[in-house]
Amino acid sequence: MHGRTESPSETAPEATWPEDIFAILQRFDVRQVPYVPDAGHSQLIERVLGASSMRAVPLTTEEEGVALLAGAWAGGQRGVLLMQSSGVGNCVNMFSLTQIFRFPFLTLVTMRGEWGEFNPWQVPMGSSTAGVFELSGIKVLRASSPDEVREVVEAAAGQAYNACVPTAVLLSQRLIGAKVFTK
Amino acid sequence: MSKATLLERRSVVASLLAERKETIVVGGLGASTYDIAAAGDHDRNLYLWGAMGGAVMIGLGIALAQPKLPVVVITGDGEMLMGIGSLATVGLQSPRNFTIVVLDNEVYGETGGQASHTAATVDLVGVARACGIADSRAIATLADVEAFAQGMQDVFCGPRFASIKIDSANLERVLSNRDGSFILNRIRGSLGFGPI
Repeated sequence: MHGRTESPSETAPEATWPEDIFAILQRFDVRQVPYVPDAGHSQLIERVLGASSMRAVPLTTEEEGVALLAGAWAGGQRGVLLMQSSGVGNCVNMFSLTQIFRFPFLTLVTMRGEWGEFNPWQVPMGSSTAGVFELSGIKVLRASSPDEVREVVEAAAGQAYNACVPTAVLLSQRLIGAKVFTK
Repeated sequence: MSKATLLERRSVVASLLAERKETIVVGGLGASTYDIAAAGDHDRNLYLWGAMGGAVMIGLGIALAQPKLPVVVITGDGEMLMGIGSLATVGLQSPRNFTIVVLDNEVYGETGGQASHTAATVDLVGVARACGIADSRAIATLADVEAFAQGMQDVFCGPRFASIKIDSANLERVLSNRDGSFILNRIRGSLGFGPI
């Protein structure tokens, strides 16, 4: 949907940080993984689709994922929402559920609209992503380099699942790489 | 169908839930939540007072987590329309234990009775079927509601979707509990899960 490279042949060698995230999700017994596809999450989504303990749930819009995770918790399961920064604005009213239900909410957001962005249409939402979360009562953590992803996601999962602190991790475009647009 | 034959919403919901047994019930924002409360408070009722458009997805999350229990969402046409894409998501997941019931009065009753899309153009049964929910039907009689209520107990042949055209009378509100944390933890408790 939002491919960062124009063809698979241009894809960089597999990064290790998505593997770090996957291992953390497994360790925290995450069972439902709603997502709207993003190239920055593609490696993690592949791992989730191949994991028998996890249910990948493709969404039509990101707010569905917030509601799904509330239901998952009501039914006794943890989940995590994977999305791109442009999807965060789609969720705003549904974020109310994190305060109303006080359920463990964790979302991992790949950033667009920063760090060498080519597409100006990504910039407005990318610029307000952290602010939207904060105004919605959701704590924001950020990882900008591969070697800090594990520590940041672990801290986020810990406070979300152990303390019911709704938390978003922003995975910087600097980490993922700006999408290359070629003719 | 003439308006005179439209069903009355409280008796529809009372009939749906009369033999609910282990069923978990999610009520959409608005009159559906009052109808469910009117049918009797229950540990496994999840009442929504907001999050419009989220009822089906909350139900889906529960249904995926509890595949052996019947999970039913009862909501209105306006709430369903706001989350219309969630029917596509449900069709893709196809949880066998999941049922969606729309009480369709063709108006936004909570806000003054403005017409909804179903009054003129939208066929929700057709939408649900096109989204991959093969067992999608319109229900027009109380006898069919009763038969459908029995079918809801099945956890092997869903998902299923029903649109029930009801009259648009504004009934006295029956106010359910609205403390979300309490409601959620009460359901979890009934399933054997404690607080964090």
